Amino acid sequence: MIAVLRRLGSTVLVLLGVSLIVFLLLQLVPGDPARAVLGAGATQESLAAVRAQLGLDKPLAVQFLDYLGGLLRGDFGRSLTVNQDVSQLLLPRLENTLVLTGAALLVCLVVGIPLGILAARHQYGLFDRISMFVALAGACVPVYWFGLVLVGVLGLSLDLLPTSGMYNSRNPGGFEDLLAHLVLPAFTAALVPLAVIARMSRSVFVDVLQQDYIRTLRASGLSEASILWRHGLRNALPPIVNIVGLQVGYLLGGVIFVEVVFGWPGLGQQLYTSITQRDLPVVQAGVLFVAVAFVLVNLLADAAVGVLDPRSRRAVRA
Amino acid sequence: MNETEAPTGLPATAPTAPEVARVPRPRRGQPPARPSRTRLAVRAFARDRVAVVALAVLLLVVLASLFAPLLAPFSPTAGDASLRLQGIGTPGHPLGLDGQGRDVLSRLLWGGRNSLAVAVVPVLVVFPIALLAGLVAGYTRGHLGDLIMRLLDVLFAFPLVLLAIALAAVLGAGLGNVMLAIGITLIPYMARVAYTTTVQEVGKEYVEAARASGATTRDLLLRELVPNVVSALLVYATTLCGLMIVVAAGLSFLGVGVIPPTPDWGIMTSDGASVLLEGKFHVATIPGLVILVVALSFNLIGDGLRDALDPRKQTT
Repeated sequence: MIAVLRRLGSTVLVLLGVSLIVFLLLQLVPGDPARAVLGAGATQESLAAVRAQLGLDKPLAVQFLDYLGGLLRGDFGRSLTVNQDVSQLLLPRLENTLVLTGAALLVCLVVGIPLGILAARHQYGLFDRISMFVALAGACVPVYWFGLVLVGVLGLSLDLLPTSGMYNSRNPGGFEDLLAHLVLPAFTAALVPLAVIARMSRSVFVDVLQQDYIRTLRASGLSEASILWRHGLRNALPPIVNIVGLQVGYLLGGVIFVEVVFGWPGLGQQLYTSITQRDLPVVQAGVLFVAVAFVLVNLLADAAVGVLDPRSRRAVRA
Repeated sequence: MNETEAPTGLPATAPTAPEVARVPRPRRGQPPARPSRTRLAVRAFARDRVAVVALAVLLLVVLASLFAPLLAPFSPTAGDASLRLQGIGTPGHPLGLDGQGRDVLSRLLWGGRNSLAVAVVPVLVVFPIALLAGLVAGYTRGHLGDLIMRLLDVLFAFPLVLLAIALAAVLGAGLGNVMLAIGITLIPYMARVAYTTTVQEVGKEYVEAARASGATTRDLLLRELVPNVVSALLVYATTLCGLMIVVAAGLSFLGVGVIPPTPDWGIMTSDGASVLLEGKFHVATIPGLVILVVALSFNLIGDGLRDALDPRKQTT
């Protein structure tokens, strides 16, 4: 219980730090924001007025507290280019991004973990060598390029799958339409984390399979399948869950490229648009959203490990 | 095999077996003499065929980029509109031309300078900073160390790619700003590796032995800990260079990296994206493949280094 509280407490601290960094991010912007709003010919009085209106005349610490208070009230600022609150603009897009990352994560788990387990089962065999080399190469693939190749080959040349957007714009279908649009981007987004998860799962499983209890199980005549998928997986799962939690971070970052390439109307694409338009409040809030999502995912992963592995509960307390 | 072995600096006629026999066995608690330590690592690396090939590929790319002014047949920025989008194998333009009629091979060679520099320079600059932060935090384990690690925890909350993009977006495009953005992004990752290695090594017997035999803190840090922490960090940094090649080109792809028309592999890929609809794949495919090969080479070299620097795998 104390361990849980401590973990929650440190999460709150990290979130506080995250908002501080996101706040400071805008301080890095070269130039005077008031002048950026008014243009080069502004008078001193009008500059001072805008500064007061934006709260820029207050000390930095007060500005941060104001910002933090705004966040807690759900006020993420206002877009400079679209006449909309940032939260209004970003929340629907966050949802779309979560659909994409969720699908990609599913691909990672369903393909990556079994791949790693099978490679570990045949350690140093042909399957192990080939699949792990492919995984290493996969982890090095530039996603933006891979997405383009898929668009070119599967979308444009063979015309198998839609390559852009979430729904058919002329004739939007339901769930099936979404699935068809999801295939290429989800697979692209999954590629790198999948490769990393496969490699990590392999090394975790290689360790597990060398343990004494596995030898005992083998000696008592259990089937290899039962040893791998029941007893082996049970012990390998906790570290794998932690690794997957960290890979979600890669997924959330890499998805920006995927959304740009495939025209997926998510947070990443909005970030890209806002960056090109230098709409910094939107960039600021988008970065904050993703970072918070990442922190929460890792909190969840730790909680899952606690459930899966009784030993970890005691270890944390010690 | 001769040409692939040359880059490691190993004399071609190194007699391996008798040399190993002559190296005196180090006594417990004493590090082996310095020259043989490096030499053993080099020898172990040279035996790793995959790593040596990867190193040769990487050196080839680096040399080709360095000598781009001599090697590139055309200007990387001026195009010939009449030859626009001609494919691979066009006479005089072996890798074809891009959407503005620029020679892809020339852009690839010139672009290598920017793409490599943007990825590798930040890693090199952050290396000593991360080493120092990790050593201090890991060795003192006091309030300062705690504070450093808490700060890094906060930075870890940002996905690597996202932080790099956000910083680059805020700082504005340009070679120097991208390097700064990538450098800041790297600090927590490299510092944590230095920190965990330091903590692991401090707990080992050889450190205890050195301390018992009266080594000063300075000796302990510089002679016992630093070599081991540097080894671990070096392996990690090599791998990171591979990742950063991909990330840096990605920043250029998004338009927050190197500014066009400056050639860069990421910009080339993004140029290729716009002509993809015209059915021309080579413009995007070629730089993408080069990024992949270079990133993979860095990773394979990193793997080779890890094995070569592991004393248990050196002598046999």
